[in-house]
Amino acid sequence: MTARPADFAPPFDAVQFVTEPTDPPDERIEVGALVVGAGPGGLAAAIRLGQLLEQTPELRERLGEIPIAVLEKGKAPGAHLLSGAVVNPRAFRQLFPDLVAADLPLIAPVEHEGVYFLTRRHAQRIPAPPTMWNHGNYVASLGEMGRWLAERAEELGVMIVPETAAEKLLVTGGRLVGVRTGDKGRGKHGEKLANYEPGSDVTARVTILAEGTQGHLSGIALQKFGLASRPQVWALGVKEVWEVPRPLYRVIHTMGWPLRGARRYREFGGSFIYPLGESRVAIGMVVGLDYTDATLSVHDLLQELKGHSFVRAILEGGKRIAWGAKTIPEGGFLSLPDSLSFSGGMIVGDGAGLVNVPALKGIHYAMRSGMLAAETALDAIRPGQTAWTPGALAGYDQALRQSYIWKDLERVRNMRPAFQHGFFRGAVLAGAAMNSLGRFPPRDLKLEPDASVPVFIGDRAATYPAPDGQLFFDKLSSVYLSGNKTRDDAPSHIAVRRQVRREVAETWVHMCPAQVYEIAGDASPAGNVVEVEVTASNCVQCGAISAKGGRLLAAEGGSGPEYQSM
Amino acid sequence: MPGTLVFVEDHEGEATKGSLGVLGKAASLDGEAAAVLCGSGIASIADSLGAHGASTVYVADDAALESPLPQPRVDVLAKLVQEQGFDAVFFASSVLSADVAAGLSARLDAGLNWDLTDVELQEGRLVGKRPALQDSVVVDVGWTEGPALALFRTGSFEPGEGGAGNAAVETIDVPLEDFSTKTAMVERAHEEKSGPSIEDADVIVAGGRGLGEPERFSLLEDLAKALGGAVAATRAVVDAGWYPYATQVGQTGRTVSPKLYLACGISGAIQHKVGMQSAGTIVAINKDPNAPIFEYSDLAVVGDLNEIVPKLTELVRQRRQS
Amino acid sequence: MKIAVCVKEVPDAAAARRIDPQTKRLDRSGDGVLNEFDTHALEEALRVKEGSGEGEVVVLCLAPERAMNSLRKALAMGADRAVLVADDAAAGSDLVATAKILAKAIERESPDLILVGQQGGDSDGAVLWGSLAERLRLPLVSQAASLELSDGKARSKRQTEFGYDVLEAQLPCVVAVSDAINEPRYPSLKGIMGAKKKPQEMLSLADLGVDVAEAGEAGSRTEVLALTDPPARGDTQRIEDEGGDSAEKIVAYLAEQKLV
Repeated sequence: MTARPADFAPPFDAVQFVTEPTDPPDERIEVGALVVGAGPGGLAAAIRLGQLLEQTPELRERLGEIPIAVLEKGKAPGAHLLSGAVVNPRAFRQLFPDLVAADLPLIAPVEHEGVYFLTRRHAQRIPAPPTMWNHGNYVASLGEMGRWLAERAEELGVMIVPETAAEKLLVTGGRLVGVRTGDKGRGKHGEKLANYEPGSDVTARVTILAEGTQGHLSGIALQKFGLASRPQVWALGVKEVWEVPRPLYRVIHTMGWPLRGARRYREFGGSFIYPLGESRVAIGMVVGLDYTDATLSVHDLLQELKGHSFVRAILEGGKRIAWGAKTIPEGGFLSLPDSLSFSGGMIVGDGAGLVNVPALKGIHYAMRSGMLAAETALDAIRPGQTAWTPGALAGYDQALRQSYIWKDLERVRNMRPAFQHGFFRGAVLAGAAMNSLGRFPPRDLKLEPDASVPVFIGDRAATYPAPDGQLFFDKLSSVYLSGNKTRDDAPSHIAVRRQVRREVAETWVHMCPAQVYEIAGDASPAGNVVEVEVTASNCVQCGAISAKGGRLLAAEGGSGPEYQSM
Repeated sequence: MPGTLVFVEDHEGEATKGSLGVLGKAASLDGEAAAVLCGSGIASIADSLGAHGASTVYVADDAALESPLPQPRVDVLAKLVQEQGFDAVFFASSVLSADVAAGLSARLDAGLNWDLTDVELQEGRLVGKRPALQDSVVVDVGWTEGPALALFRTGSFEPGEGGAGNAAVETIDVPLEDFSTKTAMVERAHEEKSGPSIEDADVIVAGGRGLGEPERFSLLEDLAKALGGAVAATRAVVDAGWYPYATQVGQTGRTVSPKLYLACGISGAIQHKVGMQSAGTIVAINKDPNAPIFEYSDLAVVGDLNEIVPKLTELVRQRRQS
Repeated sequence: MKIAVCVKEVPDAAAARRIDPQTKRLDRSGDGVLNEFDTHALEEALRVKEGSGEGEVVVLCLAPERAMNSLRKALAMGADRAVLVADDAAAGSDLVATAKILAKAIERESPDLILVGQQGGDSDGAVLWGSLAERLRLPLVSQAASLELSDGKARSKRQTEFGYDVLEAQLPCVVAVSDAINEPRYPSLKGIMGAKKKPQEMLSLADLGVDVAEAGEAGSRTEVLALTDPPARGDTQRIEDEGGDSAEKIVAYLAEQKLV
């Protein structure tokens, strides 16, 4: 028996998140340029614009009291950031031409690296595909990077506003004029609590959406402004940071086990193991969300991976100190929206799908696209110009097309869809696609939305290791480690159908790394409709549910995980 | 005659249990233990303190000390410590004692260590034990000079009766600073609730999803009543609307440290554990032999709470009556 | 009416809190946040100000320089002004030294009311106000679950182990509020954006006339000697129940522990 998550569309209507400004004009908060999201893309945009305005004080003057504002839904910049990460420093060099590597928030250059193919008992070193060569790149913590970039932005006079969710697009006459922030202090059923604080209209001359993966407003803007014609697909990554007694001197990637190669499972992904200085190691598992076995759990696959002798040897004697999860847009070139600019706004970074999956890179694209958006924004706020003039922001799309981002993504465009055919066939197809620098296959391969792939109740869960609190951990203790202490009486920010086919419910239960979904009541045979219980306060806002049949909405600002250095 | 002075708090004509426990501890250290009582018409309590280890009991009996307010007591203790030169002053933690200790610290420039669970002499020096970071580490603390002020966590020492039994009772003056009389008690303590709140309760009976249905909380209410305790709940059942949010124990609820925590049908995820792990004794009843809560319980009972809890309630009632 | 609110910066609870084995102090190197208990004191101060329609709310803090970030949260909630005493010589101050420094900072403001939160979220300390009131020579009310001001007096319900007392203190006085007193507000977006522009003053010990010998470790009367592992929890006793037969064993166990 199979079922498609897409057949159980969530109770969600984008129209509810598009509104005219509702606050009286004198209560609206007016800013010059508004950036939504304090990640690498949004902060690079804010910094670049800040730099440009330093050179053009007369333009800065025009932008009023708050020339640049950045809204961040997390407790602080970095609180919701998570990546491996091995970073290509190119965008850093472009944004900070005067700084050397030692000044940047990078941990260490990659000096040694290895790619391994794992079977249950063995690890075979294999030649690294050229896309994965990391010479000249740096290991880094994206969370630390976010905090560092936020400090640089504030030095340039950027106003960063944390704990503030952008919930609605403010649209007047087909033009984006800003966002409305989410209410705070509402109860479980939406009622106003004693400390209720309504959201505000924040209006701007130009708005840059830099929300990252599964961006709430980015998705609504793509729909509202008719920008996307091809589906995006996602992967889910779950990551831990360990304090280890012995330093790891190289960057490791693995493929193969614990994923299954057979075509019917469509399990595409692998693991990364990065040294974060002498005493810490980041380890993560990433799996494409087009898999078919409802009992697949990326969190538990990561636990299983740690039991492999090859991996265990690295972690032995160590202690887990952090945990988190996040989705990654994987469609690449084939999923790029037709345009990333529209009247009054632009979309940058992961929210636009600017990720190079075969190279496992996206941070420098986020930063670079943010910079390009900032440069276009500057032109749109010159005297006599507006961001709403038809074509005013088209320069951003043009600049993107001429940038290395576009060239890189075009070159690897057919590699991800190849793996819809299972690992081995996929590897061959992908290899051919890459060796031809994107010319083979001659036609673009097609991507199917993750939620459209039928799922069945398989037996993947049978071998997940039992939590022992040492090497293997359950989901709830992991959520605790993420720093998530979202209040329990907040309204749910997850739109999902509560009655779904068992296959779909099982998919959510297993997929969610934060144990948000549970099936109520007794077991019933596959195929029956079951009741899904949702514990929204566990949610770490990874976004997987949006890929697989639900929709993550804007949670109360300041809630969710509080990652320290993921 | 240096030694340790213990501030003995009284309530309704009796010394509090916590004060007596601390007095016993002080008496077990080198040097003599003295007690100080502050109040109005409290002289009768003084006689009982010898049995708990006091060699001398100082009594400040004055109408100005009738209300349990800290600042006049600071005046009394400061003078006494200055005159007698005590090495240390011990307090059993309470709202009143904490305020007295802190005031005395400022008056005498004397170091105060709080939240101690024990104290010992190491090479003639007093060393306090303070559990920190959710009791994951014990910090040994000391005092650099002057009288050592120590505030002990509730329940650190059980009162014993090992003392000689005869304490010299001395009446002392009550000098008052002007600001010490500027707070007045308009109404004396009264309870606004029927039972203790979960933060105040010595005994907590807590229920989780293992109860199966909300109606079964009545089983826990009966048991809590028999034990003189309060009922608490886990996030899962509060979420499900089985029990009020005010009773939720855990990371996003209340943090409690009762003497006894009886967990019924609670699996014991870390989000729950951090709210109750400092309980004195943890007893868990759960059907699942692998429930994580058993890892940090003192008594792990694998079984059906529906069968066990009513019998337990009955046995506790019988015991109370006899 | 001028109200001073003493606040503390504590390490973010999200960060794994640890004690630095070298200094044996709580590691404060990570992000700091405004102590949550203190937001109740600030909320109460704001309510008093709003209730009377006039006045000033000043937040006072002793912490390293970067704590100004945390104080901005207090300004965002509505405090009018922030005063941060930041001095390297004050690091490691215990209760004696901390109260001395803060009392000086409060005296400088001569407020009509001093509000303090119920405890420090990091050290579980619940004593500061007792020392502050003493050093300021002002009346004290602690564990206040309510606060009303009239006729130059502060009237509060004090929560104790035995129930609620009602206390009245003459102003100016020190009131330590319990977290049951109110539900702190969320800062509004306007508040957050306006916070940076509010007056923020950074003071050294010299500015307050405090001798460095009276601050930090030099001015402290307590010290941390060692860190040890907590005594292991006793072994778990396990009982397998048969039809409720364990009830007697449980009672016997509780009796042995003197719990019934």
